[in-house]
Amino acid sequence: MNLKGKKVTLHDNTLRDGMHPKRHQITLDQMLAVARGLDEAGMPLIEVTHGDGLGGASVNYGFPLHSDEEYLGAVIPAMKHTKVSALLLPGIGTVEHLRMAHELGVHTIRVATHCTEADVSEQHIGLARKLDMDTVGFLMMAHMIEPEQLVAQARLMESYGANCVYVTDSAGHMLPDDVTARVTAVRQALKPETEIGFHGHHNMSMGVANSLAAIEAGASRIDGSTNGLGAGAGNTPLEVFVAVANRMGIETGVDLYRIMDVAEDLVLPMMEHLVRIDRDSLTLGYAGVYSSFLLFAKRAGAKYGIASRDILVELGRRGMVGGQEDMIEDTAITMARERATAAVEG
Amino acid sequence: MNKIKCALIGPGNIGTDLLYKLKRSPVLEPVWMVGIDPASEGLARARDLGLKTTSDGVDGLLPHVKADGIQIAFDATSAYVHAENSRKLNALGVMMIDLTPAAIGPFCVPPVNLKEHVGKREMNVNMVTCGGQATIPMVAAVSRVQPVSYGEIVATVSSRSVGPGTRKNIDEFTRTTASAIERVGGAARGKAIIVINPAEPPLIMRDTIHCLTESAPRAAEIEESVHDMIRQVQAYVPGYRLVNGPVIDLDTHRVSIFMEVAGLGDFLPKYAGNLDIMTAAAARTAEMFAEEILNGSLSLEPVPA
Repeated sequence: MNLKGKKVTLHDNTLRDGMHPKRHQITLDQMLAVARGLDEAGMPLIEVTHGDGLGGASVNYGFPLHSDEEYLGAVIPAMKHTKVSALLLPGIGTVEHLRMAHELGVHTIRVATHCTEADVSEQHIGLARKLDMDTVGFLMMAHMIEPEQLVAQARLMESYGANCVYVTDSAGHMLPDDVTARVTAVRQALKPETEIGFHGHHNMSMGVANSLAAIEAGASRIDGSTNGLGAGAGNTPLEVFVAVANRMGIETGVDLYRIMDVAEDLVLPMMEHLVRIDRDSLTLGYAGVYSSFLLFAKRAGAKYGIASRDILVELGRRGMVGGQEDMIEDTAITMARERATAAVEG
Repeated sequence: MNKIKCALIGPGNIGTDLLYKLKRSPVLEPVWMVGIDPASEGLARARDLGLKTTSDGVDGLLPHVKADGIQIAFDATSAYVHAENSRKLNALGVMMIDLTPAAIGPFCVPPVNLKEHVGKREMNVNMVTCGGQATIPMVAAVSRVQPVSYGEIVATVSSRSVGPGTRKNIDEFTRTTASAIERVGGAARGKAIIVINPAEPPLIMRDTIHCLTESAPRAAEIEESVHDMIRQVQAYVPGYRLVNGPVIDLDTHRVSIFMEVAGLGDFLPKYAGNLDIMTAAAARTAEMFAEEILNGSLSLEPVPA
């Protein structure tokens, strides 16, 4: 694979996707330390919000230690070069959240929908475009549909005003060929000036390989997080990606040793548990289940006496999509009841 | 027995499903269906069912209101035109039941506050949202036992049951529902989340209600109150079913209730419980007003413009 001379914008998600394994409890000091470290390492863009985006604070997804306003208000003024992005899932966050983020100086808004439901993003993408923000459409769980179906959804987001559209592997299920097929199709369909991005999860250990496949197929923005801090087995580990990019001659503008040090000295000590490919996160990737379900399934499994892997497989079988965290406890209760009934009858 | 005569505005899926329900009502008689497109399938269907129709919008209905004795109208169009429709019909003494998110009139969730509205002789009541109809009775069932500091609902609906109007302005759903969780449900603070799921075969509407009580939840009373409220909703939505819960967590004061809402399948498919609960609640609301008109305790007066 020859990617020499390709220019790629890296987008660090440690302080947004990384909120999931931290149960949204990252302190302001930790946020500031990581953000400053990434700024010094030359990271062009970092995302800061609740793990489920603006307005994610809830019983369903978890109440964060601080509000989105507090996190953004602390990080943005401290940045010398790095720009800050915010995620917004229509149905959870609203245009009021978007306006708040814009007023606090957020540069990039990423409007995320399930891969078949792009038309719920019209009002949010439209407003971000009107506010002249860097406006990104983010098609989640993109493994669930065929490339040509994904193209239709990407076109909708572009038509609403997105200047970049992401193919998002929320379940960490895709293999490099799946990424190639989707990114190629979307790249061919959208206007040349519209950028394509790829967001990976490392559940099948494919984060770096899939990102390379995406670049080869025309993606110019690559997500990841430092030390891989993210939902499931985490995101594409960006310090690893930068090392690979250096060897291949891909230009990221990020200093390898500095991001290595952020990963080792700042992010690793923050981890409550090692974000790794354990059997549950591997199951997410294997069965194609939304990565942020991981800790909810572990908790529900422990409470109701069901193996968390069994819960995740059942959620996948029932076609659950991002945002349906409420169905994890519901599914665990139902499974526990059915098993108790079966045991009595057996 | 005498029936109260009604008009339906908007011959789409909601209006048509509502028409089927009104045809069965012992106290309501649907007489007019109002549309804006002469070629509309919905208008043709209404004509087949014996209704008078107009494709000139509400203005096409106004000259017939008096002669045909229309007293109640249902608006299943959009928030943008509802205000105008309501003003014109209220001026002729016709009461409006608003199924759009316009929310000019007070929110109405039948088992929680319908009686109160009838008592106040409201001329326009709003049916909140599908998610609101499915969840606010449960928030109220908890808040009537003890104060609820925070009420949150997650409505998950099949992709096929979400129309273009809702998709274009999904924030209106979250905003209106959250507001009604507070004003009707009785929670000090409300939050609403909507998730659209494209699974095939389509999933039946699911609704999760999370309440945080101020003091430790009183489990036995909450259980009884929830089951009692479910029976009241089932009186007009038989497919309203408790799947799990109430899960009561004494440490965090969390009460979680997991519901499923299957529709009757009148015109809309059964999985679209979200649409069915709107039309059923609207029909139920109209019936209660109609009963009061018929027994002489309510008479509708024109509202000066």
